[in-house]
Amino acid sequence: MTFLDLLSYDFMQRALIAALLTGLAAPAIGTFLVQRRLALLGDGIGHVAVTGVALGLLTGTSPTWTAVVVAVLGAALMELIRERGHTNGDVALALLFYGGLAGGVLITGIAREGAATLQTYLFGSLNAISVGDVWSTVVLAAVVLVVVIGLSPQLFAVASDQDFARVAGLSVRAYNLLVAVLAAVSITVAMRTVGLLLVSALMVVPVATSQQLARSFRATLLGAMVVGCAASVGGLLLSAGLSFTVPVAPGPTIVLLALAMFTATWPVGIWLRRRSRLMAPFPEVTATPHRSTDQHPHAHGDDCGHPAVPHGDHVDYVHDGHRHAVHGEHYDEH
Amino acid sequence: MTAATPRVSPVTLDRVSVSIGGRPILRDVDLAVRAGEMVTLLGPNGSGKSTLVRTVTGLLPHTRGEVRLFGTLLGEFAEWQRLGFVPQRSTATTGVPSTVREVVASGRVGRRRLFRPTSGEDRRAVEAALEVVGLAGRSSYGVSQLSGGQQQRVLIARALAGEPDLLVLDEPTAGVDLPNQQALADALASLKARGATILLVAHEIGPMMPLIDRSVVMRDGRVAYDGPPLSQEVASHTHHAHDHPDHLDHAGTHDHAPHVASPLDFERRRR
Repeated sequence: MTFLDLLSYDFMQRALIAALLTGLAAPAIGTFLVQRRLALLGDGIGHVAVTGVALGLLTGTSPTWTAVVVAVLGAALMELIRERGHTNGDVALALLFYGGLAGGVLITGIAREGAATLQTYLFGSLNAISVGDVWSTVVLAAVVLVVVIGLSPQLFAVASDQDFARVAGLSVRAYNLLVAVLAAVSITVAMRTVGLLLVSALMVVPVATSQQLARSFRATLLGAMVVGCAASVGGLLLSAGLSFTVPVAPGPTIVLLALAMFTATWPVGIWLRRRSRLMAPFPEVTATPHRSTDQHPHAHGDDCGHPAVPHGDHVDYVHDGHRHAVHGEHYDEH
Repeated sequence: MTAATPRVSPVTLDRVSVSIGGRPILRDVDLAVRAGEMVTLLGPNGSGKSTLVRTVTGLLPHTRGEVRLFGTLLGEFAEWQRLGFVPQRSTATTGVPSTVREVVASGRVGRRRLFRPTSGEDRRAVEAALEVVGLAGRSSYGVSQLSGGQQQRVLIARALAGEPDLLVLDEPTAGVDLPNQQALADALASLKARGATILLVAHEIGPMMPLIDRSVVMRDGRVAYDGPPLSQEVASHTHHAHDHPDHLDHAGTHDHAPHVASPLDFERRRR
């Protein structure tokens, strides 16, 4: 059996559809979480959703839908605790994380299911995705994408400045709850491919990757979705290809691929940020005494290699801690 | 900026008291800001200036008295797009990079309908707001690339983008250098020339002095002076700041124990 044969299998096609949608939906909502500096909220909801999966196993209903319900309730509860408490509700959130994970493992035991069953939900599984799972993934991912894209002006305003948004007449609590609920939904969407314990990575790592290169929010959001898709589809194919020789779960492969993309863009981001700091125009302040350089054998120019930084109506050439501006035949110290 | 019912006082406070965490902060505050007026709120730290502004904008509930915006009781007020707010913040940055234009465009949010793309009117208002604060040439810059003073101007442009009739600013001049204070004053001057009403909390008046119609000095949660413009220096000399505890910080204290406020703690009203 070759790699291409693998793609003709139904389970593989189902997994690819799920991975593609996951890669779109998770970074889309993740961007708003990162913007609010709540990068780990997704992780918390993922832990709570473990209890939901276990309840599904216990009652014999679809673990996807019980996970959606429990994750949404958990997300709403976290949001209310965060709102009622102070800015550092993180300890309270941590309590909920551990409760969710412990409850999930405990209930799975009561349901007489082994750790192997739970593991397919915790770290994702290729061949466990049923046709029903694909349909629920499609519906849930579509809801997340339509709401996130359609309401992005409102969500952006709320996430960037809550006080301002409230005075502008927006119901901040409703939007915060909406973000939490959408995060919970995307987590259950991603549950079958990357798994609950790694799902938060797909909400955060693509955003971190994309913001290395992007300067605008819009570019960050779209870039994160592209990175998310590439990582989840690429990771899935990679793990399928590798599974001929070694057993590889799709979840860790997807996450590590996303991290590899971050590692690749990070130095570029550092360089871009350093460059934009270097080239930021100098403020125009008057009344500094006129001073020219002593000896200046070097002639500055467009391609002399020294940054030419705008300063009022001219440029300053920056080198060795000096700012040199052309003044007739010599250079002035600016 | 619209000429609708210009003679109604944009802000009226009638014997307003505000408590935070059960402790009275503002007591019996009377204040009226008339249409087209620019009023500064002065006073030492902890005197209740920010609390007053947060009460007027509906961010803090009042325990007694009446707050009216454009003649309507605060609880029934619905025309929030007429109000522009510049919160007390040091930066305009968030966890994700955004451009100056994106931040300013978020000021249109009170006038936008849900699930609708940006309209031409939205774009025009954003460009006009950027023009007023003198940042039109920087609209595609990332906000994190700007200096603190320029970021403050971005936040003002964001409030202006909503085309408000009443602009409320909380300490927009804090930590802002003189050229940026001048740019800020110019922006407020052009707004005032269009007939907008401005309520401003400020520590440093600087270049805004000639624009001001009236000063209100707060002291320990009460209005200590309401009359012709004063500079902050005069205000703090005429009204000695006595030693009094800083009430405002109570909401922010926490220890290392997990803090979960009681679900019945309805101290902060949310809309």
